[in-house]
Amino acid sequence: MCATCGCGATDHTHDPNHDHDHTHEHEHAHDHRLVMLEHDVLAKNDRLAARNRALFAARHIAAFNFTSAPGAGKTALLQALIKQIGGRFPLAVIEGDQETDRDADRIRSTGAPVVQINTRTGCHLDAQMVNAAVTALDPPRGALLLIENVGNLVCPALFDLGERAKAVILSTTEGEDKPLKYPHMFRAAGIVVLTKVDLLPHLDFDLEACLANIRRVNPDARVFQVSSKTGVGLPAFCDFMASQVAATAA
Amino acid sequence: MHELAITESLVAAVAENVGTARVARVRLQVGQLAGVLPSALQFCFEACARGTPLEGATLQIDEIAARGRCRACRAEMPMLTFVDACACGGLEVDLLSGQELRIKDVEVEVQ
Repeated sequence: MCATCGCGATDHTHDPNHDHDHTHEHEHAHDHRLVMLEHDVLAKNDRLAARNRALFAARHIAAFNFTSAPGAGKTALLQALIKQIGGRFPLAVIEGDQETDRDADRIRSTGAPVVQINTRTGCHLDAQMVNAAVTALDPPRGALLLIENVGNLVCPALFDLGERAKAVILSTTEGEDKPLKYPHMFRAAGIVVLTKVDLLPHLDFDLEACLANIRRVNPDARVFQVSSKTGVGLPAFCDFMASQVAATAA
Repeated sequence: MHELAITESLVAAVAENVGTARVARVRLQVGQLAGVLPSALQFCFEACARGTPLEGATLQIDEIAARGRCRACRAEMPMLTFVDACACGGLEVDLLSGQELRIKDVEVEVQ
């Protein structure tokens, strides 16, 4: 069949410039031009994170970005850490959750200044949100800034907030294979805190396998073993944080 | 679903760079270990591009293979995951490529 007029013959041709008694809507013919960009997709966030980092450096603020799965014990660890620090140096806290001020209320009960960010539909904190929270908090010179990200082991791995390091929290009730299941986050973190170690006698948790899994994903991570409930391991973690504050001030 | 935020950043970054020109195609490089799902980016792109110079544009995603170097024997190797072991038995491998998330180039219409 002829594709142009639909008749059964195939041995005829149609003049491409044939006349019509109607007009066509013709698209404009466009030439295309290639624009080289070589632009990182997250460049804007990275730029804002760099601005936060410069602000932290100027004020000698040591900022840490705490991430974990929901329920790993981020807020409990921060509460225990704040208590352990006991006012030796100033600190401030940014809390990130989809909804509610519950975590900020828990931090406030320790006496530490805190700002709650609700991300609503967002699954992670970004550098702009942290910038606004830091402006509101106005932490003093030489402060430790603890940023608790939204409970999520996937998305926060990609968003730099301007922190000195990410600290990923893994609780013993989650299983020793978490680092292998969520390698992006464990790879991005300079610090891994294994929490709820007081539960080890009651769990089939293979501590050595867990530490090996962490090393496999991130051979350079500093690993701490802590119980926020009993205080085991807290002094060592607190001393490390104090050394970070001192290093930032130097 | 961080791909939505990433696609919003992608559309904003391209729009900032092309002015009012209509965009026909965006070429994006995504490393295999970038932590971003290409199909999810495609899913978000149409919605994010609506009402911008990128509306109706094609999103072309070129995946970049991940490569690593073994700390023990210094050999280079392809990486399918962050925890691939080296043939020598080494478990500590530094990533050389595969975390890219970069807008390579953009094809714009010239009126």
